Amino acid sequence: MLAPRALVLRAPGTNCDHETASAFERAGGIARRVHVRALAERPSTADDCQILCIPGGFSYGDDIASGRIFALELRTRLAEMLLRFRDRGGLVLGICNGFQVLLQTGLLLADPDGSRQATLAHNTSGRYIDRWVRLRCEGGPCVFLAGLTELELPVAHAEGRFVPRAESDLTALTAAGQLPLRYAVDATGGSTNPNGAVADVAGACDPTGRVFGLMPHPERFVSATQHPAWHGRLDPDSPGTGLALFANALRAVS
Amino acid sequence: MLWEVDVICRDAASDHAARELVAGAQALGVAACTASRTAAGWLLEGDLDRPAVEHIAATLLADSVTETFRVGVVGDATLTAATDGLATVVHVLPKAGVTDPAGLSAGESLALLGHPGVTVRSLKKYWVPLDPDAAAAMARRLVANEAIHDVVVGPLAIHSLAGGGAWTFASETVRLADLDDTGLEKLSRDRCLALTVAELHAVRDHFQSLGRDPFEIELETIAQTWSEHCCHKTLTSPVDHEGPAGRVRYSNLLKETVFASTVKVRAALGASDWCVSVFRDNSGVVRFDGDHDICVKVETHNHPSAIEPYGGAATGLGGVIRDVLGTGLSAKPIANLDVFCVAPLDTPTESLPRGVIPPRRLLAGVVAGVRDYGNRMGIPTIAGTVAFDPGYLGNPLVFCGTVGVMPRGAADSAVVPGDLVVVAGGRTGRDGIHGATFSSIELSSESETESGGAVQIGHAIHEKTLTDFVLEAARQNLFHAMTDCGAGGLSSAVGEMAATLGADVDLDRVPLKYAGLSATEAWISEAQERMVLAVPSESWDKLAAVAAAEGVEATAIGRFTGSGRLVLRWEGQTAGELDCHFLHEGRPRRILTSRSSAVVDREAAWRPVGLTDALQAVLALPDVASKEWIIRQYDHEVQGCSVTKPLLGPGGGPADGTVIRGVLGRDRGVVIGVGLRHRLGRLDPYHMAAGSIVEAISNAVAAGADPDRIALLDNFCWGDTRSPETLGPLVEACLACHDMAIAFAAPFVSGKDSLNNVFALTDASGTSHELSIPPTLLATALGQVPDVRRAISPDLKRSGSRLAIVGLSRPTTAGSQLELTGSVTGGELPRVDAPACRAAVRAVAAAQRAGSVLACHDISDGGLLAAVAEMAIGGGIGVAINLTAVPFEADASLPATARDLAIAFGESPGRFLCEIPTGSDTAFAAAMNDVPWAIIGDVTATPVLEIIGTGERDRVTVADVATAWRTLSKEAG
Repeated sequence: MLAPRALVLRAPGTNCDHETASAFERAGGIARRVHVRALAERPSTADDCQILCIPGGFSYGDDIASGRIFALELRTRLAEMLLRFRDRGGLVLGICNGFQVLLQTGLLLADPDGSRQATLAHNTSGRYIDRWVRLRCEGGPCVFLAGLTELELPVAHAEGRFVPRAESDLTALTAAGQLPLRYAVDATGGSTNPNGAVADVAGACDPTGRVFGLMPHPERFVSATQHPAWHGRLDPDSPGTGLALFANALRAVS
Repeated sequence: MLWEVDVICRDAASDHAARELVAGAQALGVAACTASRTAAGWLLEGDLDRPAVEHIAATLLADSVTETFRVGVVGDATLTAATDGLATVVHVLPKAGVTDPAGLSAGESLALLGHPGVTVRSLKKYWVPLDPDAAAAMARRLVANEAIHDVVVGPLAIHSLAGGGAWTFASETVRLADLDDTGLEKLSRDRCLALTVAELHAVRDHFQSLGRDPFEIELETIAQTWSEHCCHKTLTSPVDHEGPAGRVRYSNLLKETVFASTVKVRAALGASDWCVSVFRDNSGVVRFDGDHDICVKVETHNHPSAIEPYGGAATGLGGVIRDVLGTGLSAKPIANLDVFCVAPLDTPTESLPRGVIPPRRLLAGVVAGVRDYGNRMGIPTIAGTVAFDPGYLGNPLVFCGTVGVMPRGAADSAVVPGDLVVVAGGRTGRDGIHGATFSSIELSSESETESGGAVQIGHAIHEKTLTDFVLEAARQNLFHAMTDCGAGGLSSAVGEMAATLGADVDLDRVPLKYAGLSATEAWISEAQERMVLAVPSESWDKLAAVAAAEGVEATAIGRFTGSGRLVLRWEGQTAGELDCHFLHEGRPRRILTSRSSAVVDREAAWRPVGLTDALQAVLALPDVASKEWIIRQYDHEVQGCSVTKPLLGPGGGPADGTVIRGVLGRDRGVVIGVGLRHRLGRLDPYHMAAGSIVEAISNAVAAGADPDRIALLDNFCWGDTRSPETLGPLVEACLACHDMAIAFAAPFVSGKDSLNNVFALTDASGTSHELSIPPTLLATALGQVPDVRRAISPDLKRSGSRLAIVGLSRPTTAGSQLELTGSVTGGELPRVDAPACRAAVRAVAAAQRAGSVLACHDISDGGLLAAVAEMAIGGGIGVAINLTAVPFEADASLPATARDLAIAFGESPGRFLCEIPTGSDTAFAAAMNDVPWAIIGDVTATPVLEIIGTGERDRVTVADVATAWRTLSKEAG
């Protein structure tokens, strides 16, 4: 059968679209980069795609808050298309800025009336940080993490601190398996939570597990040579652990 | 009506701005400032009522989970009422005309909410428990910069954001005819033209031959084009040099030294010459793989950064990115590098001259500027360093560099008569007027107030969309040529592209940020994020469509003609007309004189100290210490091509050269190495320059670069070269560049000089004197790794391996880091023996090719022991090392007690440490042939450094040396 298609949606300021599209292709899919203006003019562009991915970057500069304007544009111009896409079984993935966008559109972690159950706030350090983290997969409905237990990936953001609206939201979301990706400890037993995220939350999904957002960058570890300690230690031709996430997505829609 | 929305954190503990303000206030000794709250404020002007503003606040400006907001009309008491019991509120907002990215983004997005045409200005509000004067003073010290901010305590007095009315055409004639030399000098100074009297004579004579005086816009165009910044008039001047080797006359210094070496190297390469475009375009271009070339450029942005560190560094990076983007038919930027030279961070604040920003705040500012611009551009910042010296106090150095990749053949471009002059990207405002001429004038304590106009604030998102637009337009082959708007703005961009053909430009068509700019202002403004393209008429519609699709404004403002004249018009009327030949060839050459004297070693004076104590002291010195707090603020992994990153191994040790794939999914790599031996600048300019070049090359080769494919860049930063004693060392440095390029067969492909790096100050006693920077050459090596899967990192890999040193060590302690610890003063200078360094470099590369190198680190700042410690920190394992095995040569005069220290911390150039895997000794030895080398230690599983010297045996844990190495980063971060 035909390889599954992923639409990588970019906006002004998106800057991880090339490597994200390349990661889908490396995993065996077909990926197309589409500008949000073009999609707004022709929403049918998404009809032959099974996966919609909002990659990392600084959409519209993130000058007000991360993902705020991109989310506003999606809500005002593409809300119907997005719901149709999700309801016909399409997968939606948001990476870093894309995760921030998904939260602000209400596609993730929102009450039926649209009020939000959680947000991604400024890192406790108050600063942008690029470092590698260990991640624990909690199981649950998330199709992107199916069968995965541990991941090692880089994060690169200033606004990634997961904050639930209330303790009760955290409990409910945890129980529903909607917080399936957590920062874990490194070899020395120290926490790798880079931003002060509540409950070490690094990623969240909707109740179906088919809409998923995460702060770490799986597309930045699809090849061993992207790891900071690969020299003389890893086979440079082996894949990175991030590739599994894209492979899972493609498998789920095949 | 002017509305204000204040957005406030619900949870005081998450108010970072407040935390930082309080911490800063306590550090300043403002004990009373024990608490603060802050708000992100937004001024909105347009057709809005309260419900509309509240809707905007809730949907666009505030986060419903973590933030609250309040809305009011500017002037409402509620907006300035005490918050959390903090009585005084301070507003910090961008001055009118200063770029406000957040305000612009908010304004643009309001259209989505059904409110087009709303003007938005962002501001910050700080509530503090201080009286108004103290509050204002503290804000100016900590969070505001008067070059770009207004500070308002209590209610805002603004009632509208609207700018002035449109400018009505008028052309001002500048009388030169009847001015004597004093008058001309005054004119140049008053108008910030930075033209010499001789140059003004040439201008006056030219216009007298035309029977008139110049219009202001013509004089300004000449000043921009003839500025040091735009045409390197010093380095291309004739120079009478009197050096140790006697008298020499150079008719064009740069041409006969740096350029000449490139010509010789290329001639020697003959048919296998891999240079494509050198010293011609915005950046230097060389062959990469079968389908691609790569290009590189490094720029400085020193004076703007001294006045406004954040904006200066950000726009410095933005400018060099456009240099690469604007090379040939455009290159895709794939990596950035940044190097800063600042005064020691612990410089006492009370000792700072007026107008000087404290080094700590300055460094934090330039780092934040590069971070916010580079990260938003989605270009990995993968290389750089920070150097410290008191000489950089009033005049810090900020180097920003970019590497790009382009399809083969794209390096050639040429304007065709009839092409449209198209300006694309950001709009033009008053920001950055006189940047080019300002950078050619010395700084003083008045610079902030005098030249604030030269300071620009970048808007990275406009540059990102501009980049996406240019690359797509190039892919569709929609333009003939392009260049970026940098120093001199449109005047030098269009002037350069029209240098031979000429052009007619309608300045009234230039899109403005706000009304009121005069023709001259629109012409010379250095507003950021703009490119000029030469577009054939038939491609205009397609180009406009691509621009619209990417959300970029592109406007045709004229035509390239072929008349050989630059005609400037405003609504059809001629505002100015210049002969291109005079503009580009009419500048009179001045003959410069320079003097430099022979350099002699100073006898070393030793103060014996334990090896491990000295090691920890050296690792803690700012030049050597970890830069992790800076590196981690930069996205060094975006684009997915980073292979050898700035921090490596399980222990996060430092890299030498950093490596990226040139093209995603392909295995050929680009290596960047930088060299900066600033500590030698005042001691021996020739060997400062030579040593910097050898260090850059060594960094690249240690990381796996092919020594036969290294391109070099020079960035000279010097003091006032009108003085022969300052120019002399520059001549010596140029000679070093020439000699090294030839010795290593590594051609210079591009470069840039920044002169007049002098800070004039008047001390308390009223006497004025000048602070000059140490003569500084930043050398950048652009190397290539045939297969990144064979790239080498410095972190130690396996216990049981052997550690070898390559290259000869001498007691080279003059200008060393050890000297800074006080354990030695003077000693032998680390002179470059070029043939020996070249042999060592090639031997190391051969050993790598033979697969007999697991880890490789070049030896530079801090010498042998610092390098060993860095390799162990990265690998998280140990080494037992025997200093007595190191190939070492010293005069009999060296006392035995000093021998160990000299071997351990001397900084002789051209040395490497290599980890040899078990069983590869013979292969390694074969690669060394006649280069001095020796096995000096074993890699051990326990993370401890065992050091055996002649006099002593010493040990220290890797954890302890790592702590010393990371102290500054922890404390600065």
